[in-house]
Amino acid sequence: MKKRRLIMRSIILAVLVAAVAYTLYANFMKDHAQKVSVGKQAPDFVLTDMQGNKHRLSDYKGQGVFLNFWGTWCPPCKKEMPYINNQYHQFKDQGVQVLSVDIQESELAVNQFIERYKLDFPVMIDTNKEVMTAYGIDQLPATFLIDKDGKVVKYTTGEMTENMVRQYMEKIKP
Amino acid sequence: MKDVKCECGHVNPHGTVLCEACGKILVEEENEKQLLDMRYEGSARRSQIYQKTVVDKVWNFFSSVKVGVWLIIITLIASILGTILPQKMYINLPPEVYYEKEYGWFGKLYYQLGFHDLYGSWWYLLLIAMIGISLVICSLDRVVPLYKALKAQRVTRHEGFLKRQRVFGASHNVDQRDIETVKQHLIQKHYKVREENGDLLAEKGRFSRWGPYVNHVGLIIFLFGAMLRFIPGMYVNENLWVREGETALVPETGEKFYVHNNKFILEHYDKEKNKTFEKALDRAGNVVKNYQSNVVLYQRSGEKIPGEKPKLEKVKEYKIRVNHPLEFEGYSIYQSSFRSEMDSMTFALINKKTEKSFGELTINLRTPKEKYDLGNGYSVKILNYFPDFEFAENGEPSTKSRVPNNPAFIFRMTAPDKPKGETSFVAIRQTIEPFGNNTYKMAFKRIGTTNVSGFTVRKDSSIWVIIFGGILFMIGVIQGAYWNHRRIWVQNKNGDVWIAAHTNKNWYGLKREIEKVLEDTKLKMPEDQLQREQKDKEGV
Repeated sequence: MKKRRLIMRSIILAVLVAAVAYTLYANFMKDHAQKVSVGKQAPDFVLTDMQGNKHRLSDYKGQGVFLNFWGTWCPPCKKEMPYINNQYHQFKDQGVQVLSVDIQESELAVNQFIERYKLDFPVMIDTNKEVMTAYGIDQLPATFLIDKDGKVVKYTTGEMTENMVRQYMEKIKP
Repeated sequence: MKDVKCECGHVNPHGTVLCEACGKILVEEENEKQLLDMRYEGSARRSQIYQKTVVDKVWNFFSSVKVGVWLIIITLIASILGTILPQKMYINLPPEVYYEKEYGWFGKLYYQLGFHDLYGSWWYLLLIAMIGISLVICSLDRVVPLYKALKAQRVTRHEGFLKRQRVFGASHNVDQRDIETVKQHLIQKHYKVREENGDLLAEKGRFSRWGPYVNHVGLIIFLFGAMLRFIPGMYVNENLWVREGETALVPETGEKFYVHNNKFILEHYDKEKNKTFEKALDRAGNVVKNYQSNVVLYQRSGEKIPGEKPKLEKVKEYKIRVNHPLEFEGYSIYQSSFRSEMDSMTFALINKKTEKSFGELTINLRTPKEKYDLGNGYSVKILNYFPDFEFAENGEPSTKSRVPNNPAFIFRMTAPDKPKGETSFVAIRQTIEPFGNNTYKMAFKRIGTTNVSGFTVRKDSSIWVIIFGGILFMIGVIQGAYWNHRRIWVQNKNGDVWIAAHTNKNWYGLKREIEKVLEDTKLKMPEDQLQREQKDKEGV
């Protein structure tokens, strides 16, 4: 009799505690949802560059991918772009690819930017912010380092020095 | 911890105050009181008796109504605190900046204490959850013994029980026929009458005792419904802005649905057309009659990865108006807002002196072209485009963002007499000629605007649970409030007839009913002992 009561009480309390715990957990996750995290597979995407070539992330398996999100209007982007371009030339024959994604700007603005900074790597425009949403980015510039297996090795925001860019590319060299 | 056997033979759980069957007082102290505490029928609230394991201790904590009331008070105070300053979803600056800037040290403290997101904070949720737990345990701990006690009660009651009822009286030399009359009267009054050895127990409205518990079950279901909203996909409440002529993904639909905005329509009441409201409209100015977006809903077919153009199949066309949302698969898209956006700028290429125009060009601010040919050897090239123009720190023209809030251009104007072209910087109300005096000029003509419809995407699968909980809550309130649980005992004791009565509320009504029941008999109307007690104290 007493034992049965203890079991009943334990069960009822356990159900209540489980419900509360789930609610708190769900509420916590709502605020801290990081869509792409280090060690996880980078979400695949497909975008067309300014020359009209399609780039699909999964086609670069076996190479490291230096994935950079930027905008022509963002001052740190302007600073780091030449560094990325320099290092791109150093690493492109060593299996590191640079994919550079502009967020929702006009072709004119992007083309003029490319011309001005003489960028040689593929630049594409994320017209509907779909890729940006898939990667859960809210600050520019944002860079994802993706290794030869398509896994995210590092995620970084903010301006990079040329030294950092080189280290990062070294990191994902296959 | 032994069960208690009453002299009537009924076995009561440990801690019982009044025997469940005959009502004999089982606890010594209670014997000294003149009136019985009839709450929960004197049944044993187990939580107060056993205190052994951790589980029991936790159970006992939450079983206390005092604890429950304190939880409610604390939650109320917390809720009040959240209304002192605006919550974070209603401010337009980052919270770490906003509160200190607007409200000084108090704002800073408010933010540091985490009150800027009070209703979403873990401790606030925990308080609500604890109220829920308290509700469940308090109810269980009371309803079970109460139910058992009411079920076990016998017709014949112990003398001590009857004497200590609030309404009690004894009559001598009673004619048995009078008892029969009383019985008939009771049945007429819709009492359920049980008889045992000539003793009567008349009872009605027992189900009113379950009212509070039905009400609590409703509350629990209500809270459960609110909890369901945290499960992904159960509850969606998102904003969606779609420009005229554009197709946008409907958020939280698993990238499945797209909506295309054909046209946004804003209509005002026209006093010319209908004179009825002329005066009112003169007073109020423009009054909007209709906000409407003509949209097409599409469903994606096949797989898609981000950046890829989706294959869309048309589902339906709909005119979304206020209170007439587009509905599909549990989602509703409401017309909730609109804005007008600068979309294009039109310039004319003119000769500064003669003001002769050589043609116009319209620049789409989101997809500008590089070169505009005006014919006859006149053309304009955009050398630089700044959608949100400002002068950077180093004095160079630059753009603050990608949004065309304040567009500026550097044009190269080519004419037959100026084959190399002239350069001109043009911003709103501003023209700079960096290389001296130009012959030609880009004269601003007009701007073009486009409408953007603001929608709210909603889905609420929890609403029916919440409505059901609410209905049950009300049923419980009605059940407990509009019915009374009344019992009247008419019993033979020592050759006299004792009448005792109990109700959970409305004693006046009970006494009136007894008066009616005792009509045409010689039985004495029982007295209200509580009132007598008070009168005695007051010395009346």
